[in-house]
Amino acid sequence: MLRPRIMPCLLLKDGSLVKTVKFNNPSYVGDAVNAIKIFNGKEVDELLLIDISKKEIPFNDIRKITRECFMPLCYGGSIKTIEDIRTLFQLGIEKVVVNDILFDDPETVRKSVELFGSQSIVASVDVKKNIWGVNKIYRHSTKKTVNLNPVEYIRKLEDLGVGEILLYSVDRDGTWEGMDNDLINEITHKTHLPVISCGGVGKLEDIEDGILNGSSGVAIGSMCVYSKKNMGVLIKFPKQTNIDKIIKNYENL
Amino acid sequence: MIGIIDYGMGNVGSVESMINYLGCHKTKIIKKKSELLLVDKLILPGVGTFDNGMKNLKDYGLLDELNKQVLNNKKPILGICLGMQLLMDKSEEGKLGGLGWIKGDCKKFKFVDKSLKVPHMGWNVASPITNELCDNNSRFYFVHSYYVECIEKDNIMLKTNYGIEFVSGVSKDNIFGVQFHPEKSHKYGMDLMEKFINL
Repeated sequence: MLRPRIMPCLLLKDGSLVKTVKFNNPSYVGDAVNAIKIFNGKEVDELLLIDISKKEIPFNDIRKITRECFMPLCYGGSIKTIEDIRTLFQLGIEKVVVNDILFDDPETVRKSVELFGSQSIVASVDVKKNIWGVNKIYRHSTKKTVNLNPVEYIRKLEDLGVGEILLYSVDRDGTWEGMDNDLINEITHKTHLPVISCGGVGKLEDIEDGILNGSSGVAIGSMCVYSKKNMGVLIKFPKQTNIDKIIKNYENL
Repeated sequence: MIGIIDYGMGNVGSVESMINYLGCHKTKIIKKKSELLLVDKLILPGVGTFDNGMKNLKDYGLLDELNKQVLNNKKPILGICLGMQLLMDKSEEGKLGGLGWIKGDCKKFKFVDKSLKVPHMGWNVASPITNELCDNNSRFYFVHSYYVECIEKDNIMLKTNYGIEFVSGVSKDNIFGVQFHPEKSHKYGMDLMEKFINL
C-alpha cells in the first residue's frame, strides 16, 4: 500500500510567503526560502508551492527556492505554456499544478502529459459552495464559480490524462475547522486518480479524517505557518511520530 | 573539494546546496576538463536522455579527462540518476555507448499491470546489498523510466522493488551510482551524500 503523503502547502505572492482565508486577504507570513530551510529538517515528503500573484511565473524566486529544497517540490501558479513547464522542470521542480489552462487551453495540458508524463502534471480543482450550498468549481482568476459540478469536471481531467488531483475547498481555506470530508469522500470514490485534499486542516485529527475519506495526500496550510488560529507566525510541521500514528491507524483498517 | 559536473543535463543547484548544507566541504561546479584536476571527488548528476548525456560529455570536452581521473587516478565518483546509467556500457534508450566503467546496460520498465506507472516516480525503499553508502533500508525519491542491469553481481550496491526487483545502486572500487535523487531525499539523502564525501 502506498503511504499517504502529508505536505505543507505554501502560498507565494510577489516574492513573499502569504496565507489566505477562503482564498482572500493574503497576509504576510515570511520568507519562502527561510521556510523551505525549516521544512528540510522535518522529513517532509513533498512540498506544494502555489504562486497567487496572477502575474508572470516568478522564475527567479523559484530558482532560489529549488536550490535550498532537499525534497520534491510541486509548483503551481500562472502556468500557461509547455515552455513554462519545461523551464520549471529545468529549475528543479518535480511536478506542476495547472489550473487556469485547464479551462483556457486544455490541449496544452494534454500535450504536456504526453511530453512529461502524467505523473508530473497535477490538476487543481477548487471547489466552492454556491448560495444554495451546492458544490461548484471556482475560478480564482475571475473570483467566480462556474456551472460545473466537481465530479463532471474531474471526468474531463481524467480524459486529459493528468496524474493527480489537488482538491481545494475554498470555503474551508484558512478556517482551521477541518476539511470538507463529504466532498473528499465523494470525489475519491468517483475517480481512480490520486487526490491530495486541501483546505481546513487545524489539527492532527483533521488530517486523519482526510485520509480515512480516501485522500492519497493531505496538504496543510495555516497549521504550517501559524502557531495557532489567530496567533503569530510560526513555521512548523507535525512530528513524524504523530504522522506515523495516523498512518498506522489507517493501515490497520 | 567536491566537483559537481555541469554538462547541461539538468539542475546541479540542489546537489551543490545539499553538500554545502552538510558543511566543511567546498564545492566546485565543473564545466571544463581542466577543472576536473582541481577536485578530490566527483559527482555526475543528470536528468534527460542517455544519448544526450553522452553527447554532452563529449561536446563539453570532458570525456577523456574524466576517464583518466576516474580510471587511472581513481578519483571517487558518484553518478546520480542518468549519471548512474551513463556508468554502464549502453542503454535501450539510445544508440551511443556509455562510459562503460561498470559492465551492464539500462532497460526500460515494461509492465503489464497498468497500476505500475512509468516513470517510476515517488518515494521507495532501497535495500543495501553492500554498505558503502547506505547501511539500512532507507527511503529515497525516484524519477526514472529506465533501470540498470549489472552483468557482475559484485557491482550491485542497492536494490529496490517496483514491479520487479531492480538495481538502485552500483559500486565498483572508486565508482558509485544511485538511481534515486539523494539531493531530494532530505535526511536519507544527506546520510548517503555524507558517506560518499567521507569515503
